This record gives sequence, structure tokens and C-alpha cells, in this order.
Amino acid sequence: MTDQNQQKNANSKVVRKLLLATVFMFGFGYALVPLYNIFCDITGLNGKTSDQAAEVKPADIDNNRWVTVEFIGSLNDNMPWKFRPAVSKMKVRPGEPSRVNYIAKNVSSNSIVGNAVPSVSPGQAAKYFTKTECFCFTQQELKSGEEKEMPVVFIVDKNIPKRINTVTLSYTFFNSPAATKEKSNVSMANK
Amino acid sequence: MSEDHHDHKPTGIGRWLFSTNHKDIGTMYLWFSFIMLFIGGGMAMIIRAELYQPGMQLVEPDFFNQMTTLHGLIMVFGVIMPAFVGFANWLVPMMIGAPDMALPRMNNMSFWILPFAFGTLISTLFMEGSAPNFGWTFYAPLSTTYGPASTDYFIFGVHLMGISSIMGSINVIVTILNMRAPGMTLMKMPIFVWTWLITAFLLIAVMPVLAGVVTMMLTDRNFGTSFFEASGGGDPVMFQHVFWFFGHPEVYIMILPSFGIISQIIPTFARKKLFGYSSMVYATASIAILSFIVWAHHMYTVGMPLAGELFFMLATMLIAVPTGVKVFNWTATMWKGSLTFETPMLFSVAFIILFTIGGFSGLMMSITPIDFQYHDTYFIVAHFHYVLVTGALFAIFAGAYYWLPKWTGNMYDETLGKVHFWISLVSVNVLFFPMHFLGLAGMPRRIPDYALQFTDFNQMASIGAFVFGGIQLLFLFIVIKCIRGGEKATDRVWEGAEGLEFEQLPSPAPFHSFTDAPQVK
Repeated sequence: MTDQNQQKNANSKVVRKLLLATVFMFGFGYALVPLYNIFCDITGLNGKTSDQAAEVKPADIDNNRWVTVEFIGSLNDNMPWKFRPAVSKMKVRPGEPSRVNYIAKNVSSNSIVGNAVPSVSPGQAAKYFTKTECFCFTQQELKSGEEKEMPVVFIVDKNIPKRINTVTLSYTFFNSPAATKEKSNVSMANK
Repeated sequence: MSEDHHDHKPTGIGRWLFSTNHKDIGTMYLWFSFIMLFIGGGMAMIIRAELYQPGMQLVEPDFFNQMTTLHGLIMVFGVIMPAFVGFANWLVPMMIGAPDMALPRMNNMSFWILPFAFGTLISTLFMEGSAPNFGWTFYAPLSTTYGPASTDYFIFGVHLMGISSIMGSINVIVTILNMRAPGMTLMKMPIFVWTWLITAFLLIAVMPVLAGVVTMMLTDRNFGTSFFEASGGGDPVMFQHVFWFFGHPEVYIMILPSFGIISQIIPTFARKKLFGYSSMVYATASIAILSFIVWAHHMYTVGMPLAGELFFMLATMLIAVPTGVKVFNWTATMWKGSLTFETPMLFSVAFIILFTIGGFSGLMMSITPIDFQYHDTYFIVAHFHYVLVTGALFAIFAGAYYWLPKWTGNMYDETLGKVHFWISLVSVNVLFFPMHFLGLAGMPRRIPDYALQFTDFNQMASIGAFVFGGIQLLFLFIVIKCIRGGEKATDRVWEGAEGLEFEQLPSPAPFHSFTDAPQVK
């Protein structure tokens, strides 16, 4: 009988450890999400740029080279806006802050809130691409028929590898139905 | 050895519903997987029938997608995995000299969850809208933003399967660690027990990650989170990373126990000890560890940086080393042995050759630039069917023939077994080999229609599929015939068989075995 009890104790010890491992791995599955984002942030893989405005540092401009920055604006399928950059590309000096406007127009009959998600290509350039001002840092609301110029101020880091001559900055505007609903509820309440 | 109380078993349906006996539960797992084999196989027949000719013949494209999805899910989670758990239930206690599994009630629960899990999954076919139609890999956003309403049932089903597998593997680990007979050190355990121990650890490491990823899908779909939704700051590519972090170890979960089965069978019919026992153990462990660092080779084309692709390419190629050790060890075991070719041995030899073909096509695809051409074509379909059908499934057939006499006390019909083997061998190659060529020529997978030039190879594959599918009915007949009677098996069953289950237990193995632990020298 004592043998059996010993066996039971030994078993429940192992079971506890294994259950703990199971819970840990479930947590690890979720931890992969922030890990993935941190990994992409640090390495700049996946073309992810920071979603925070960068500090403006005293200008240290590399006057010996040009980098071409191309601009793309696109919309998710369920987004009834028009959206394009004012210029399709510009040449910048690494280290120098530059400004570009995107133009968005709401062509639907409703007021809509959108989110712009940026992406930089090639992926390796993302690390060297900082924005000091961007419409993508906050949600943007456009009333029906409203047109708006949305500025981006960006700096291409002067440490950007020599082999990268062209950087493409792309924004995709997504409809944010939850936010749109919230805003309209607020405005209803205000009336 | 055959005292009366050994064969005292409960009667009626209660014997099965409330069973805590490892042999009964093992039997139920095996039958469950057998039934699922015919359901998943039926879906494969629908797929091959539709692909017999270009153009749309039999089914709607959306239904075709549901078939590819459910076929994959059922074969992976409903056939291969439960079959191996069935083998583990039957054999692990007998091989290590334990009276039963360590946690018999949990064993019962982990089996009885399965019919509900698959009932839920299969019920989606009869729901309004459609069953899951996004492929067994359920990539976001196909399964989140664009998934049919029934996806939530699929998620629930996956949760249940996960719980069942985790309980099953906890049981296996506790049994192996705590219940070995005196004298059975870890390095004296049969290889099948070793491979299952390692598989169980893999399951515990990755099934929770699968549960996590489907939970993220569930909250994305219903509760407004955006793990995989770009508009909310999420990333659909991350779905693939998390999924394959589960998915790659999962493919080894499906193959390691078959390595174990083959390593038991080859020495028996070569009448020699297994060559390189300890290197087999280390090779299995290395494969398991490497499986955690190669997941992104499933997604070379998502746009990873060069450094990432190089890392995953080299890590993937590294797996060929321990796998090669195993193949060479099996070959060396047969070298100069007194070979006989009974059905289990035939399936095992076919396993070694055909699994190696599957391994080589895997090696081809591990090369990143080449994979860009093969990605999502029939080449990958050929690859994973070679490793899973002629690999895992053939090992299951081999194991079933090998231990059926021990389980039932009767020899199976050797002639019919050989017929089953030879027809399966020829038809499975007619079925899957042309798919390599189709893939190289650019035929995409999961598409119900194809360009005219692919017709010949598709017709070959379909004919092979119908024969291969049909001949499995013969296997069902052989198993039933063997259970109902036949030439009595000796206790040792096979001349060269070794291990506690053959040396110390009568055939059929009594309902309760090893109530007194045997001494292992």
C-alpha cells in the first residue's frame, strides 16, 4: 500500500511539472507576439518602422550622397477613400529632415475613421528610416467628401548602408469600423 | 502467467465507455483512427475524382476547398496522431513491464474527448455557409477576416484535440519515467518507448502554442483583438510564424513514433540486434531539438531577409544528418542479417526507401532559391505525402501487422497481408510520384482545376488514388478476420522477436499484465 502511495506521489509530482510546462508554453505562444514585434523593431526586419515620433537631433547631414525616397499610398479593400502622395518620389540628403504630403479624400457619404499602416522597403532600410511627424501616429477622421493634406516629416539616417540608394515608403489606409462607430456615437450624444 | 483474474473484464458498452485499461483504450484509439482514415480517405477520393479531368466536374470549388482542408486536418489530427497514441497505450506498459498507464482515468478522458472534437469538426460540413475552407494550415486572414462562420466550431475542435493530446502525452511521460520495471534503465528501453517519450515532450511543448494561435484567431474573429489584423497593428505574417512554430515540431510528432516502430520491426526480421541503439536515441533527440529552429522554411516566400533565409536553410539541412544516421542504422541492421519478408518487414523496408525519397524532396525544398519555385505546388504535396503516407501510415500498417498476433492471439492472413502490401506499394507510387513532376511543371496545390498539359499525370495520380483507397478495405477485412480467428500465434509470435511483450507475455496478451513487475537484466 505504501508502495502505491509512493508511486502516486511520484506521479503527481511529474504531472504537476508537465502541467506547468503546458501552461508555460501556452503563455510562450502569446509571448511570441511581442517578441516578434520587438525582434522586428530592433532589426528592422519586415519593413516595420517605429510607430512613435523620433526626437529631432541636431542636423548632421551627409552632403556627399543622395537617397531616392519613393512614396506609395494604397487602401484596404473596404476603405472608400482616395489616397495618394502629392509627389511620387524625391531625392534627399541622408540626415536631413524632409517633408512630403499625402492627400486623402473621403468619397463615401459617411464620416470614416482610418488608420494608416506604414511599411518600408527594402526591409533593411526600416532601421534607418525615422519619422518626426506622421499622420500614421494617430487615427484620422474624414467627413463625407472632405479632403485633407496629411504631412510626413522623415529623416533617412546618414548611417544607411551605401548599397541602399532607393527607399520606398508605403502607407496602407485601413478602415477602422470600431473607431468610426465610437466617433459617431459621441457626435450623436453631443447633438 | 494466465491466472483467472487476469482475464476478468467488464462487459457490455460500459467496458468501453468507462475503461481505464490501457489495452482497451489503445484498441479504441486504433479503431477511432481507422474510422477517421476512411472518412479522410473518402475526402481524398473526392479531391482526386475532381482532379481526374481539367475543368469543373463533380464538386463546386468551395466544396473542393473544404475537402482539402478537412482531409488534411482529419489525417493529421484524427488518423496519424491517434493511431500512434493507440500504439503507445497498447505497447508502452507492456514494453517497460508496467501493469497499466500511470493515469488510467485521464487516459479514458483523453480518448473520449476525441470523438467530440472530430464530431464538432465534421459537423461543420452540414452547417449553413461552408465548412472551413482555408486549408489545414488555416492562415490568417483567410481564417480570420474571410473565414466562414463555422470556423469557430473548427477552433473549438482544435482546442479539444489539443487538450486530448496534452493529456495523452502527460500520461505517456509519467508512465515511462515512473513505472519502468526494476532494472529497465532509460538506455535499456525499447526504441519505440524512447521515440514516444521524446514525441510526448514535443507535444507538450507545441500543442499549447497551437491552442494559443487558435485562441488568438478566436478573439480576432469575435472579440475585436487584432493579433493578425493589419488595420489594428497586427500582422498576418506573424500568424505563419506562430503557426509553424507549432507546425514543424508537429510533423516530427507524426514521424518519430514511426521511427520507433520501424526500429522494433527491422531487428526482428533481420534476426540481429538493432545497429547503433544509442545513436538512434541521440538522433531522435537531436531531430526533436532541431525541429524548434527550422519553422520558417515553410514560409521562405513571405519576404524574409537574406540572413533569416540562410539561417533557416542551413538549420533545415542539418536535420538531414540525424535522419541519415537513422536510415543508415536500419540499413546496417539488415546488412548480413538472416532476412525474411513477412508483411510487417515488407512495409518496413518500403518505409525506409519511400520515406527517404520524401526526405530527399524535403532536402530539395530546404534550399531557399529552389523552394521559391516549388512553394505551394504539387511538389510539396508529393513531398509530405511521401513522408506521411509511405512514412507514417506505412509504419502504422507495419506495426499493426507486427503486433496484431500479440493483441488478438491469432496470426493475420499472411497471403492477404502480402496482397495488401504489394497493391498498396504500387498504387501509392502511381498516386504520389507523378505529383513531383506536376509540381515542377508548376501546378499549384489546393486548386480544383488545372491547365490541359497536366491532365496525364493527374489521371495517373487519380487512378493510383482509387486503387490505394480501395485496397485499404482489404486491410480492414484482414484486421477483422484476424480478430475473429485464425492460426494461433505463439507467445513469441516472430522467431526473432525480442522485448518484454514477446518474451514474458502470452498471446493474446492478458487483460491485466505485469501485475508483478518483471526483472530486467
